[in-house]
Amino acid sequence: MDLANFFIQLLNSVQYGLLLFLLAAGLTLIFGIMGVVNLAHGSFYMLGAYMAYALTGAWDNLALAILAGTLISISLGWLLEKLLFRHFYHRSHLDQVLLTFGLIYIFEELRSMLWGDDVHSVGVPAVLDWSIQLTDTLSYPAYRLFMLAICTALALGLWLLISKTKLGMRIRAGAFNSDMAQTLGINIVRLHSLVFAMGVALAALAGMLIAPLSSVYPHMGSQVLIMCFVVVVIGGIGSVRGALTAALLVGLVDTFGKVLLPQFASMLVYVLMALVLLYKPEGLFKQ
Amino acid sequence: MTEPLLKASSLSKRFGGLLAVNGVSLSLFKDQLHAVIGPNGAGKTTLTHLLSGDIPATSGELWLKGQAVTGWPHHRLSLHGLGRSYQKTNVFLPLTVWENLMLAAQAKDALVPYNPLSWFSRADRNLNVLERAERALELSGLVASKSKTAAILSHGIQRQLEIAMVLATVPDVLLLDEPLAGMGAAEAETMVALLKALKKDHAMLLVEHDMDAVFALADVLTVMVNGTVIASGTPEEIRSDAKVQAAYLGEATP
Amino acid sequence: MSAPQGHLETLPRSVQVLLGLGLIALLAFPLAGQDFYTQMVTRMMILAIFAMSLDLLQGITGLVSLGHAAFFGVAGYVLAFLSPADAGASWLTSLPLAVLASALLALVIGFFVVRTQGIYFIMVTMAFAQMVYFLFFDNKALGGSDGLYVNVRPAALGLDFENKQVLYFFTLACLVLTYAFLRRLLWSPFGRTLNGIRLNEHRTQALGYASFSYKLTAFTLAGALAGLAGYLWAAQSGYVNPELMGFHMSAHAIMMVILGGMGNVAGALIGAFGFELFLHFFKDLPKVGEFDLGKHWQLWMGSLIVLVVVVAPQGLMGMLRPRRSQDD
Repeated sequence: MDLANFFIQLLNSVQYGLLLFLLAAGLTLIFGIMGVVNLAHGSFYMLGAYMAYALTGAWDNLALAILAGTLISISLGWLLEKLLFRHFYHRSHLDQVLLTFGLIYIFEELRSMLWGDDVHSVGVPAVLDWSIQLTDTLSYPAYRLFMLAICTALALGLWLLISKTKLGMRIRAGAFNSDMAQTLGINIVRLHSLVFAMGVALAALAGMLIAPLSSVYPHMGSQVLIMCFVVVVIGGIGSVRGALTAALLVGLVDTFGKVLLPQFASMLVYVLMALVLLYKPEGLFKQ
Repeated sequence: MTEPLLKASSLSKRFGGLLAVNGVSLSLFKDQLHAVIGPNGAGKTTLTHLLSGDIPATSGELWLKGQAVTGWPHHRLSLHGLGRSYQKTNVFLPLTVWENLMLAAQAKDALVPYNPLSWFSRADRNLNVLERAERALELSGLVASKSKTAAILSHGIQRQLEIAMVLATVPDVLLLDEPLAGMGAAEAETMVALLKALKKDHAMLLVEHDMDAVFALADVLTVMVNGTVIASGTPEEIRSDAKVQAAYLGEATP
Repeated sequence: MSAPQGHLETLPRSVQVLLGLGLIALLAFPLAGQDFYTQMVTRMMILAIFAMSLDLLQGITGLVSLGHAAFFGVAGYVLAFLSPADAGASWLTSLPLAVLASALLALVIGFFVVRTQGIYFIMVTMAFAQMVYFLFFDNKALGGSDGLYVNVRPAALGLDFENKQVLYFFTLACLVLTYAFLRRLLWSPFGRTLNGIRLNEHRTQALGYASFSYKLTAFTLAGALAGLAGYLWAAQSGYVNPELMGFHMSAHAIMMVILGGMGNVAGALIGAFGFELFLHFFKDLPKVGEFDLGKHWQLWMGSLIVLVVVVAPQGLMGMLRPRRSQDD
């Protein structure tokens, strides 16, 4: 593998890793603070992608579509938490698993009824529809760089929020010990609502951002969900830092694996997870 | 001089920056009750966790019946004759008293789980197990509550079940963490009588706040403050120890 | 709701009667029904074995596995590998080998997975099952996404699975044996300890039980029984593909166990039959005007699951069990 190729794969790894991070961050916080297993998290990713497709189709403007889509997902997240998830924080994990199973079925059907079962593509906006020429034969799409920039900004923003703001402190307190956080006067109900809506929005946003690159298809949710789980397990529940580290690690292993060992590429990530489990069954950065 | 059944040497436990237990040594002998007292946060429960294997020690060594057992997990120590009761009642709440005791009594000579014999025999037909459960039931005065679900028992009876479960494993060493916690006067009296009866045949460690019970039962007292032992000896020695009076007995809540 | 229930293993009288009648019905069924229905019921029985194997893990030991289908699918693939292109394999050899393969896989995966707790366990079981799924999906040598065929069904000792009735009764025998074995297990020292682990693992360890060993054994046994079901599935359908090991299949199993009620094996059995009946019912719904109700069966199935979780989390068993005051 020559240098240019290596560089491209590295960029791809980081981009994929950061995308996974957007999804995993929400998931790990929802796990860590509310203790909820949410299998439908992948569905939000899928719904985000389909929303991008539908809204871009209607308005011919991806940026506007993403903005609207984010607002819709925040409201959806807020509503779901209030009506459904809130009542399951103290239920057993099995009950939560089942609830979110049911939701997956329902979301799949809704998507099927609204937008059908076909694979769709979303056009890259004209302003980003060019490539940077790296060598005579290799070029890198500008949209990917744009995504990289956005995801880095979001990751940075999330890190700043979690570690430098009062809200972030409350979130960390909630992730560490929910009951104690409540006795310390933190409005835990509002915190839960916020974290959940944020998680849903991040997942949907990830779906919207990836739509022009990977196209929009029915099972994209379940595929990314597994990767998300792996990231959260490796990183440790409740740790955003862990989610970032693990997501980048997974991005690297998966991307380079596909290039170097294509037949076993999809398995490599699980081997990584197995190794982590041997030495740290609660993840690398467990609270 | 008989050998101690349980011997701890310089046990320490560090949680990040906090040294919860600092170089504690003690020995437990048969037919003797060794009480550990101290103010809240002195590290008594952490010490108990270290002795029972619930948490690993940062440093120090442990011997059980002459065998070096440092670092052994609690299930292994239990099989080797170390029984421990918990401060917060830790029984199988949805099961009846009898079922709780049967599960405890079964542990001592349980077959390995991958031995098919353990899949096909009936758990309630093993005579040894039945005998141990029955004895624990009688010893702790729970005969009347045999078929009651643990969750609906009164607090005092639950605490008795807590002890009974340990007895059903037929241990040589008993570590009792605040058995009298939350008890009224009458219940406490019953428990003290039970503990007194258990002294013979066992080496006992008692962590307690109830000073009346402590002085009625203890043969040896160790006083801990902030993770360190500040005094250790007979009840009379401890009662007249100036350091102890200053640090603890003056503010003791009976 | 979140506190574990104690006496899950008790069977209400109504259920005992139901099971007895069910057995008689199952014995008489093929003699009265057509081939199509015989196949349908065989399928239900296979899924019932699959569901009961999961109950051992979930209802009895308290381990929620989202990857149980891995062991179901692998056994089917073993049969496909062992079946020559133009003749049937001997089930006398291929069945034990398939079950052994599933058991070994369960032992290996279990070794990594059983050391985790709670939410982690759920996630890693799902992840490892996906790994197995991808192993088969990505490799043409293992059949790839197209899967493999069992061209001629197994036969041995004069029992040929090409004969639908023979397969039916063989499956019924496996069903009864699995049920009996698991019921026996419930009352055994092993089963009592698993129950203890489910209710309070910490105290079970404190009493002297090496809970890791117990959980791993349960995981392996459950995997082996899932393999039995998977083998029969491949023997019946003649076709295996990676979806048999996929997430949806694992989800299928969990829902069957929940619908019926966990922890007493009978619930899983009833739940499997119930789930399949609901599925057929929803899929066969007619069109109402322009709206094809049957086509959107996932919506109804999903809503049913949500309803069960919210209203009757103990499943059918929970509804049939007499309410005891101040108990459980």
